[in-house]
Amino acid sequence: MPITVKMTVNGKAVSRDVEPRTLLVHYLREHLGLTGTHVGCDTSQCGACVVHVDGKSVKSCSMLAAQAEGAAVTTIEGLAAADGTLHPMQEAFREHHGLQCGFCTPGMVMSAVDLLQVNASPSEREVREWLEGNLCRCTGYHNIVKAVLDAADKMRATPQAAE
Amino acid sequence: MSTDGIGARVRRKEDYRFLTGNGHYVDDINRPGQAYAAFVRSPLAHARIRSIDTGAASAAPGVLAVLTGDDAKADGIGGLICGWMITSKDGSPMKAGGHPVLAQDKVRYVGDHVAVVVAETLDQARDAAELVDVDYEELGVVASTATARAAGQPAVHDEISDNTCYEWELGDKAATDVAFSGAAHVTRLDIVNNRLIPNAMEPRAAIGDYDRGSDSFTLYTTSQNPHVHRLVLSAFVGIAPEHKLRVVAPDVGGGFGSKIFIYAEETVCLWASKRVRRPVKWTAERAESFLSDAHGRDHVTKAELAMDANGKFLGLRVHTIANLGAYLSTFASCVPTYLYAPLLSGQYKIPAIYAEVDGVYTNTAPVDAYRGAGRPEATYVVERIVETAAREMGIDPAELRRRNFIGPDEYPYQTPVIMTYDCGDYNASLTKAMELADYGGLAARKAEARARAKLRGVGFSCYIEACGIAPSAAVGSLGAGVGLWESGSIRFNPTGNVIVNTGSHSHGQGHETTFAQLISSHLGVPTDQVEVVHGDTDKTPFGMGTYGSRSLAVGGSALVKAAEKIVAKGRKIAAHLMEASEADIEFKDGKFTVAGTDKEKSIQEVAFAAYVPHNFPPDLEPGLEENAFYDPLNFTFPAGTQICEVEVDPDTGVVEIVNFVAVDDFGVVINPMIVEGQVHGGIVQGVGQALCEAAVYDEGTGQLLTGSYMDYRMPRADDVPSFKVDMTVTPNPSNPLGVKGCGEAGAIAAPAAVMNAVIDAIGADLQMPATAERVWQALQAGTKMAAE
Repeated sequence: MPITVKMTVNGKAVSRDVEPRTLLVHYLREHLGLTGTHVGCDTSQCGACVVHVDGKSVKSCSMLAAQAEGAAVTTIEGLAAADGTLHPMQEAFREHHGLQCGFCTPGMVMSAVDLLQVNASPSEREVREWLEGNLCRCTGYHNIVKAVLDAADKMRATPQAAE
Repeated sequence: MSTDGIGARVRRKEDYRFLTGNGHYVDDINRPGQAYAAFVRSPLAHARIRSIDTGAASAAPGVLAVLTGDDAKADGIGGLICGWMITSKDGSPMKAGGHPVLAQDKVRYVGDHVAVVVAETLDQARDAAELVDVDYEELGVVASTATARAAGQPAVHDEISDNTCYEWELGDKAATDVAFSGAAHVTRLDIVNNRLIPNAMEPRAAIGDYDRGSDSFTLYTTSQNPHVHRLVLSAFVGIAPEHKLRVVAPDVGGGFGSKIFIYAEETVCLWASKRVRRPVKWTAERAESFLSDAHGRDHVTKAELAMDANGKFLGLRVHTIANLGAYLSTFASCVPTYLYAPLLSGQYKIPAIYAEVDGVYTNTAPVDAYRGAGRPEATYVVERIVETAAREMGIDPAELRRRNFIGPDEYPYQTPVIMTYDCGDYNASLTKAMELADYGGLAARKAEARARAKLRGVGFSCYIEACGIAPSAAVGSLGAGVGLWESGSIRFNPTGNVIVNTGSHSHGQGHETTFAQLISSHLGVPTDQVEVVHGDTDKTPFGMGTYGSRSLAVGGSALVKAAEKIVAKGRKIAAHLMEASEADIEFKDGKFTVAGTDKEKSIQEVAFAAYVPHNFPPDLEPGLEENAFYDPLNFTFPAGTQICEVEVDPDTGVVEIVNFVAVDDFGVVINPMIVEGQVHGGIVQGVGQALCEAAVYDEGTGQLLTGSYMDYRMPRADDVPSFKVDMTVTPNPSNPLGVKGCGEAGAIAAPAAVMNAVIDAIGADLQMPATAERVWQALQAGTKMAAE
């Protein structure tokens, strides 16, 4: 029997009737049409599906939609400003060529944004260790790490940019 | 001169959509009324199918169809093909076993497609797939590359009793034997090139969509070459004639070769969509990707290098057994032959080379091109044996290479294995790499590491590759079933902006930016006024797609030809507009001028006039749109040096890469930012092969033991350092852009650099991947030997 699951996604209240076994990532992709969040594996290893649930990065394949009942969820579609201005992390990925095919990118960006919430001045090592749950096959991580470090610098210089 | 043309680090045009979640990958597409496919796959590596009972599955909720190999046969759906004929040394053609889209009579590897269930929802399709009851008669399994041809092994294809697809050779055996008989020193090496699973982050996916009204099909699929898909599905599989089949490869999340091939799944989705009169969608779960994407590499090789007393190379002899898997995938046959042995000369003058390759069938997933395709295997053989020889001869590895390099004044250089190298300066890239790696300070760093009880080592890899695949006449003479030219078209709109259509395909390489830069430089139109379209057979001219680092060298060159035609046409229009002779019209930086006057018309004004030709003379055709096909004159030969420095912890066997330098000669570079990114990514794929990745089959059962990211060890951000990447440039004389291609170099060179470094550190030979356990075991064995 379908159940009703309500939450706030990218600032908007949403409600959908779904099968109880529906994962959060499928709720977002299939039921809300937010296809920016990707599915890259079936063992919660790749991180392509990372979103923020109540402000914290979560692999959205590893929780049921029902577990996010009442939560505030932010996906990659909700990260840029309403006028389309990129979040400093998105801008840094663009500036430093931190993406190629773009498939891992949404999860990578959402994960990196959370890193800077936890640690505003990460070292290169700390960035690499934080991102070890996000697989990228294209970039060799080099430019992703560079982008995250640069975003950290810029966001420290202008803290409001992160908001 | 435009500031966003050739040579500029232009930020990518495609990034905004990817960074904001607005990419359109196949799984993001949903068609009205779409149904879902789930495949029933073989749990056994080798078995005869006694019967398939689809009754319970057909009766399950939501099920629209359950289809098997018999249904495919009844509908005249042909098997999958291999597009390159290899001839054995005895003159006989390769033996290609049949490759049905759904198994007929037998299954030949774990994951082989047995049946498909199409249902209203994905969950219903998957649930019903579990109900398909297949009665198997288990057969003996052959899963080992080295012993696939041994007497008494079960036959993967009944009609090919020795599991041998071909026994192929290249080079002069007699001359090579003579070289060895006169050698002062011979270095011998056994080499395993480990089997890999490509693992593009986007799993393969397909939507087959049959339109009854027009009796035509659309296939949305994860393809690196949509026109090749269309051609094979039409001409060989027989789904629909070409003009009734549209193939769309939208945003594709990485390919690395694995999305070149025509697979059973997309074929079945197309066919099933006509059967059920609904669009049929399938997206691979990652577990399916591990089982059924074409794998890469998997060679077992014996190599011998003959030298004189000074370390001059006299001859190279190589025997390789190449595992082709259970079926011949689309280009499987050419990868361990013509993409491999012609590169065995490396950057060196080797007067005599003889290579033998035995292609074998096993009960494993098909093996085909994976980033580098044959060239990493060749580089690994050459660079491992050269470094081993240096160690044995007591010659510095850089010095041994320098003694044998083809000199910058020796081009064109004809190797003994087909290739004619056209340009390069190998010592320049080696020297620059040694400076960046501080090779001079190595001894001190080794001593310092020793004081901390760590083992430090350095490894070189001086690679060469043949890219820009390829001159049609050349590949045709070697057995290719296709020409490997590329197409492009340039259309000016009346308002002066430009649509570029290319037959190549971008799945991360950034064509939308690089090709726009090319147009900017050649036609003076800013990149933001250029839209590059690819990946749709209804929109783009017939093209061969993207692989073998060919897009810019071949596809870009086609666009240069089209741009020249645009200028020629524009010159006619400008002459008319400015009432001048066509011979007096000059074109530069987007402006047509009348020589010796201040009269000028911008290309945008000319374009507008071309579409509003109110006063054109009768012989001047309206419009400003040109297309071109370009067939290259030669392969391109990117080359360079990578130097890897590692530190090994002898207590744990853990290898840490402490420094990694790459200096590449890609010829002219259009966008250095994108090129460096290609190098970084390639290096990590090579590092992955060297240190952690391996597709492992159980030899007794043929079960894939590394079937998920928990067992198949992908390189992660904390496994690798940042890299030092630099370039040297010898412009390529064989194409109008002077470019060579950069997509595969990193993956081609890195395995040898890393392994040479590890072996230098631990003082023992080792096969890839150099996992902590293997390194520790090698160190223990060494310690034991020293104690005895």
